[in-house]
Amino acid sequence: MNIEQVLFGAFAVLTLLSASLVIFAKSPISSAMALVSTFFFLAGIYVLLWAHTVAALQVLVYAGAIMVLFLFVIMLLNLGEEAAGPRLTFSRILGGGAAIGLFVVLALAIARVPNRVQSLSLAQQQTFGTLRAIGESIFTTWLLPFEAVSLLLLVAMVGAVVVAKSRI
Amino acid sequence: MVPISYYLFLAAALFCLGMFGVLVRRNALVVFMCVELMLNAANLTFLAFARMRGDTIGHVSAFFVIAVAAAEASIGLAIVIAVFRSRGSVNIEDIKTMKH
Repeated sequence: MNIEQVLFGAFAVLTLLSASLVIFAKSPISSAMALVSTFFFLAGIYVLLWAHTVAALQVLVYAGAIMVLFLFVIMLLNLGEEAAGPRLTFSRILGGGAAIGLFVVLALAIARVPNRVQSLSLAQQQTFGTLRAIGESIFTTWLLPFEAVSLLLLVAMVGAVVVAKSRI
Repeated sequence: MVPISYYLFLAAALFCLGMFGVLVRRNALVVFMCVELMLNAANLTFLAFARMRGDTIGHVSAFFVIAVAAAEASIGLAIVIAVFRSRGSVNIEDIKTMKH
């Protein structure tokens, strides 16, 4: 058992634990905090997959920017804990059944995926997952989608201001 | 070397947890957080397949998913604020004007 497997196991267990804490926590603040730790543990898993740049983006954009927005809105709305305790309603049982069913179907499909990992060549080990490789791919092959995403972010920004403003 | 299918199992479990949260929780903000969980599960799948095939297209897809998630979060939270201002609640069971 080498260090990679130990790290993967630890990060996987911690990710699932904090993800379930997001769902089962009572106050939205603790949900948000559990979500931040989920993002950090997922960033660790991304590093194990040689995706260093995406891991950095995960910490910067998700754990940094998006979660600050979430916490800001939670504190702005001044939400308390939910009054209702853990009731076992019909919709919750149905939701749990649907989630478990989906997981079983996905696991059956994943078990059929050919489990061959391409070993990276020495040249690839130098470049795989680096900012330079991803940047070259984005600014040559995927330039039009990149510009579309920048337009999307502009529209989202203007739209958020228009929707959240009380009077214009 | 960890087999790729382990990463895929983890992503499937994370996606199902997020779906369970979306179906079960009544607080609109927590529902948004569960949507973020599902987007992260999709990202993990992209990165696992990118590692398996040894190309960086999966990384580019993950980058786009993160950008779209940022846009979705800003719009969604703006809508939550607008709804809270008019209804005084973020419980999605109270918001049923568009039902029927």
